[in-house]
Amino acid sequence: MKLRHTISALVENRSGVLAKISGLFSARGYNIDSLAVGVTESPDVSRMTIVVKGDENVLEQVTKQLNKLPDVITVKDFKDTDIVERDLMLVRVEADKKKRPELLEIVSVFRAKVVDVAQDTMMIEVTGDEDKLRAFTELMRPYSIRELARTGVIALERGGK
Amino acid sequence: MNGAKILLESLKKEGVKVMFGICGGSVIPVFDELYKDKNINFVLTRHEQAAAHMADGYARATGKAGVCLATSGPGATNLVTGLATAYLDSVPVVAITGQVATSLVGNDAFQEADTTGITRPVTKHNYLVTDVKDLARTVKEAFHIARSGRPGPVLIDLPVDVQRSDTSFSYPEKVEIRGYKPKIKGHMKQIKAAAAAINSSKRPVIYAGGGVILSGASEHLKKFADKGKIPVTLTLMGTGAFPDTSPLSLGMLGMHGTFYANKAMQESDLIIAVGSRFDDRVTGRLCDFAKEAKIIHIDIDPTSISKTVKVDIPIVGDCKNILTSLTRLTESRERDKWHKKIGSWKKKCPITYARDDKLRPQYVIEQIDKLTRGNAVITTEVGQHQMWAQHFYTYTKPRTFLSSGGLGTMGYGFPAAVGARYGRPRKTVVCIAGDGSFQMNIQELATCVVNKIPVVVAVLNNNFLGMVRQWQDLFFEKRYSHVCLGKSGCERVPDFAKVAQAYGAMGIRVEKKSQVRGAIKKALEYKDGPAVIDFLTEREENVYPMVPAGAALDEIMIEMA
Repeated sequence: MKLRHTISALVENRSGVLAKISGLFSARGYNIDSLAVGVTESPDVSRMTIVVKGDENVLEQVTKQLNKLPDVITVKDFKDTDIVERDLMLVRVEADKKKRPELLEIVSVFRAKVVDVAQDTMMIEVTGDEDKLRAFTELMRPYSIRELARTGVIALERGGK
Repeated sequence: MNGAKILLESLKKEGVKVMFGICGGSVIPVFDELYKDKNINFVLTRHEQAAAHMADGYARATGKAGVCLATSGPGATNLVTGLATAYLDSVPVVAITGQVATSLVGNDAFQEADTTGITRPVTKHNYLVTDVKDLARTVKEAFHIARSGRPGPVLIDLPVDVQRSDTSFSYPEKVEIRGYKPKIKGHMKQIKAAAAAINSSKRPVIYAGGGVILSGASEHLKKFADKGKIPVTLTLMGTGAFPDTSPLSLGMLGMHGTFYANKAMQESDLIIAVGSRFDDRVTGRLCDFAKEAKIIHIDIDPTSISKTVKVDIPIVGDCKNILTSLTRLTESRERDKWHKKIGSWKKKCPITYARDDKLRPQYVIEQIDKLTRGNAVITTEVGQHQMWAQHFYTYTKPRTFLSSGGLGTMGYGFPAAVGARYGRPRKTVVCIAGDGSFQMNIQELATCVVNKIPVVVAVLNNNFLGMVRQWQDLFFEKRYSHVCLGKSGCERVPDFAKVAQAYGAMGIRVEKKSQVRGAIKKALEYKDGPAVIDFLTEREENVYPMVPAGAALDEIMIEMA
């Protein structure tokens, strides 16, 4: 059965590390849904949040294989963990004067933000988990999406760590 | 001190006495330092691939890390096959490559290649050193990573300007890599669970692999097996980890394993895997693999566990430690019924061949065994002769059978023999080769002649790429597509004895069975350089037993009628 897991890895913030990790995924045939990298509170450590699909075996191998890389400091599979997951999306939709009020209504329901307005388009920023962004994208389709960009999922555990 | 000298000083701190390679534009500063340094014996090879295999052969024969050195671009890409070979067989090799100057990296400069990019999937780890201040620490880390945990090759890419830059040299005492902490000690709870399973097992089998040799655990394995009277089967990579001469030995398992080893696996109620990884050549068809058996798996690499076969009791750690604890907890048992059953299988289907007047490859290996008293270091190329070398030579000690098991690299055996000889200069080293494989690194005859390296190359010449021919024979109705290496199928090309002589080596051609022993003796006695014996063997001999690819382990072909 295919499962979707969010895996969080702390890695050395060095050139070549991203290539080592993405190379591992392609060489072993693992499917990445999304991958987000950014520096953490320590400038020499980056956090990679990787969303992978696969069966139980594959996901176990992914975690183990990541752990094996000397540049990977820790790996945590967020399966069965209470986490906060966020993905940020920018979407440009067609929005002439007539459509704008409707769009603004949806924007407000989703607690999204209009970040740019042009003559006949509008750029909206929306943050949330996978389900919310998917729902929002579907709602935007009738307005004709011109462009769309996402950061990929980032996540942290809840609770007083 | 400049980077080039720092490199050599660091290598010496790691105990490096010999290295293999070829110079080139981007490593001249290192070679300039080598010129002045009398403490490192540099062996100039004729191809970088051979340099990597020599470092590998040196490492496998001694247990120390082997070192090779090449220039940027083609020098580095030529190392790749050697690194991949070492990677799949977990061999500690440190490769150093020159790189174009940091200011030129990424410009498609002359002899530039993205070496760390190309070698990433075939090394345990690799480095591009851009600041000379990082060099000593990098060398320290590279050796630590190469040798510890599940060993493997590590590459250091060193731009030429870094080799020329100066800094003060101090070699770090300790390594601290926060993302790299191999687990050595096994979990006691798991060990106890394993011991309980062993003590209640009626039909246990130990299935041991190369990890036992890497860990230096052969004696521990022997004690463990002897105490519990547990039969032992070895993988190709495990050959030598347990003496072939022990009554508990089942020989090799898998595709060309013995009938009795495969049968024992399939009928076992408990498989104790030690330093082995359930490779597809070992398990046969997975869904029919050892259906009745519970599985204990001891391995230092957690990714090896439950990768292909679901394991009941995993124990992550070094097998030497774990076997020691396990032996203590294992109760002595006779297991007469089980041994009787195995004995009957051994009797029914021993490893054998037609002992007639023809010059058969198996006979040649038997004679090499006899004339070296089983005491040589044997290296092999890849193919039919590799399997026969496993079947017909008697191995009793670890690090005496060097073979490319994982990658199956033709061209490995001869340079590996040279590396082995550098590592163990008092040992007789024999490379058992096929005519196809030997030609993939035959140029190293020059290296051996120049340096007077007395390795013996026994070419089992059937004028075919024999293993593929065997598959075409058995599964493709004898359509021998592009496997014949001679002229119109009969005349053998080349005349290896003459090739050897042209290099200045001893070259002997053997056409009859009666000439075999004399030729081997002559070659073994020759100490001034390499000796090549070209055995013109039966051309269409097949390797048996054989479990066809995709079949279950007990669907085994014993011999063609």
